[in-house]
Amino acid sequence: MSCCGANPSYDELDEVSRLVSAKLAAFLRTLRDNGFAIGLHEGRDAAALMAAGYAEKPGLLRSAFKHLFSARKSDWEKFDGLFDAFWLGRRVKSRSVTMGSAKAADSPSLKSLRDNKSQPAGGEAATDQIPGGDAPEDRAGEGRMEGASVASNLAEIDFRKMADPEQIEQAHAVAARLAKSMRTRLTRRDLARRRGYRLDLRRTIHGNISHGGVPISLVKRRRKEKPLRLVMLLDASGSMSMYTGVFLRFIHGVLDEFREAEAFLFHTRLAHVSDAMKEKDPARALDRLSIMAQGAGGGTMIGESLQTFNRWHAARVIHSRTCVMIVSDGYETGDAALLGREMAALARRCRRIVWLNPMMAWEGYAPEAAGIKAALPHVDLYAPAHTLKSLTELEPYLADL
Amino acid sequence: MKTREQIAQALAACGYIADADLATAISLMQLLKRPLLLEGEAGVGKTEVAKALAAAHATELIRLQCYEGLDQSAALYEWNYQRQLLSIQAHRGEDADAIEDQIFSEKYLLERPLLAAIRRDRPPVLLIDEIDRADDEFEAFLLELLSDFQVSIPELGTIKAITIPHVVLTSNGTRELSDALRRRCLYHYVDYPDVDREARIIMARIDGAGASLALQIARLVEGIRKEELRKVPGVAETLDWAAALVGLEVRDLHDAPELVHETLMCLLKTREDRSRVTREVTERLLGKVA
Repeated sequence: MSCCGANPSYDELDEVSRLVSAKLAAFLRTLRDNGFAIGLHEGRDAAALMAAGYAEKPGLLRSAFKHLFSARKSDWEKFDGLFDAFWLGRRVKSRSVTMGSAKAADSPSLKSLRDNKSQPAGGEAATDQIPGGDAPEDRAGEGRMEGASVASNLAEIDFRKMADPEQIEQAHAVAARLAKSMRTRLTRRDLARRRGYRLDLRRTIHGNISHGGVPISLVKRRRKEKPLRLVMLLDASGSMSMYTGVFLRFIHGVLDEFREAEAFLFHTRLAHVSDAMKEKDPARALDRLSIMAQGAGGGTMIGESLQTFNRWHAARVIHSRTCVMIVSDGYETGDAALLGREMAALARRCRRIVWLNPMMAWEGYAPEAAGIKAALPHVDLYAPAHTLKSLTELEPYLADL
Repeated sequence: MKTREQIAQALAACGYIADADLATAISLMQLLKRPLLLEGEAGVGKTEVAKALAAAHATELIRLQCYEGLDQSAALYEWNYQRQLLSIQAHRGEDADAIEDQIFSEKYLLERPLLAAIRRDRPPVLLIDEIDRADDEFEAFLLELLSDFQVSIPELGTIKAITIPHVVLTSNGTRELSDALRRRCLYHYVDYPDVDREARIIMARIDGAGASLALQIARLVEGIRKEELRKVPGVAETLDWAAALVGLEVRDLHDAPELVHETLMCLLKTREDRSRVTREVTERLLGKVA
């Protein structure tokens, strides 16, 4: 094996029979289809390995290819299945999850989102009702009625009564403005902090040689900037369906302006949606989202979703200046104790947790659901978020991170 | 070192029990001259791989510990400012250019790990530990170094590698690494060892740990890792615990359940975890250990 050296020449590669090269090329394609990032270089190395005798021992070849082609844990875990299926004709135990499934389009809450978007005044938007919520037929009408009396103050209309595309557009604008001001304030704070930086000795001495080494002009080290990061977890379950639309627009606005933001949707499971949300066109972003989320409407597993988040995403998306914003009504259908534990784990990680609850402003609402009760001790700010005004009121708090 | 078996044996001789996959990775590393990226939870023994590799090659281990804000001057080279200043003072009045040439010469250059690694006569093992802690910029800089193995120092010119080091990178997943870096490396995911391998690790590292005790310890640790803990014990913790038990002259865990429970502090490193594993839990876990 070691005889072939570091950089195998193409003569050696010729020894790989044509059949094998074709099969190898097909295998590389299969891997790429499954999300492996494989360049030409890896392909050449793989051919070299096969020529060097690895091809005769499937177990060894699998192990070698696994190291060569995997780039991250997810690749590492699905590689064996793909290899066996391709080379040994075995059935893959669990098929790798690929984005896009017909089921997603049927999910009730996301369907309602899209309906809200495309035909705003349409009656049958939300199929799942909030406990104690309005009947769907009343929604559009009531919105219009309130619109007539409180037209001057759009900011105070409850999102669930907001049906007019124009109003929704404005909500989006407010969200974008909010995000922008957060950024500006932040920059200002960083500027103010810039005093007292350390000396850069190397540059100082270099720059002062002509003065005989007397440090006349001082060069200072620049400080690494670490901007505020916002991680948003949005409840997309049935009970939140009336609010999800506007919040998705809000998140879209924030991601637009904020370089450092990540978004997740959860219902019975968690979906990372940052990339989909970075789509410039909000309508297209929503379309992509509906493809990504699956199984909505089966209750809200906040605890489990948080567990997934803590386990697989938190290390990557949370740093020391991170604010986690959870938008949910806190109706947990899973284990409330688990929710409490996961909230505690999350609180240890990030700077601050903001929990926005649209139901909070409802008359007679008290945080009595087991889920929200378990979560509250770990929340730094618990605020209502049912109108544009309430979102705007959050701004000073978020800017002061 | 040639075959996987030989590699595994050589590592075992240095106290590292590698599985077949890792041995393959190391043979590929030498065959393809690529760095090896090791990912895995904290405490699974990623750093140990590099140490054992250096021992097996009987070569030097050069370690670069990454941290936030790590820059080239700390990783690659630095000038010896004190000596430079003294030299400038001593040559006061002379031509400024001549002084400059003099103070930016090899004599005043301080090697840092990366520069040291490419200037050795014998290829060392270069361990770039916890690369995920370093910033994106540093990662990008590393990319260049790892593909060309040469460095340019503005005042001195380009320094080419005398030998190509064996490079091992480790990551705990604090930050997502760039695809560019991942693609340049061979990837190996280091998991917690299975019971059998952990028992062999204990036997290899702890004098006086017999096969049956090592197996019991490994089984109990496996049970503890399945409990819901904040900080899952790594291999280093297992070894601490095994050393403690051997030191206390425990031959069989069932003989000393009290001692077992009391010494669990070697494995459980937070107050929460300590209070979660109660006496009852210890007994339940012990019950599963045959």
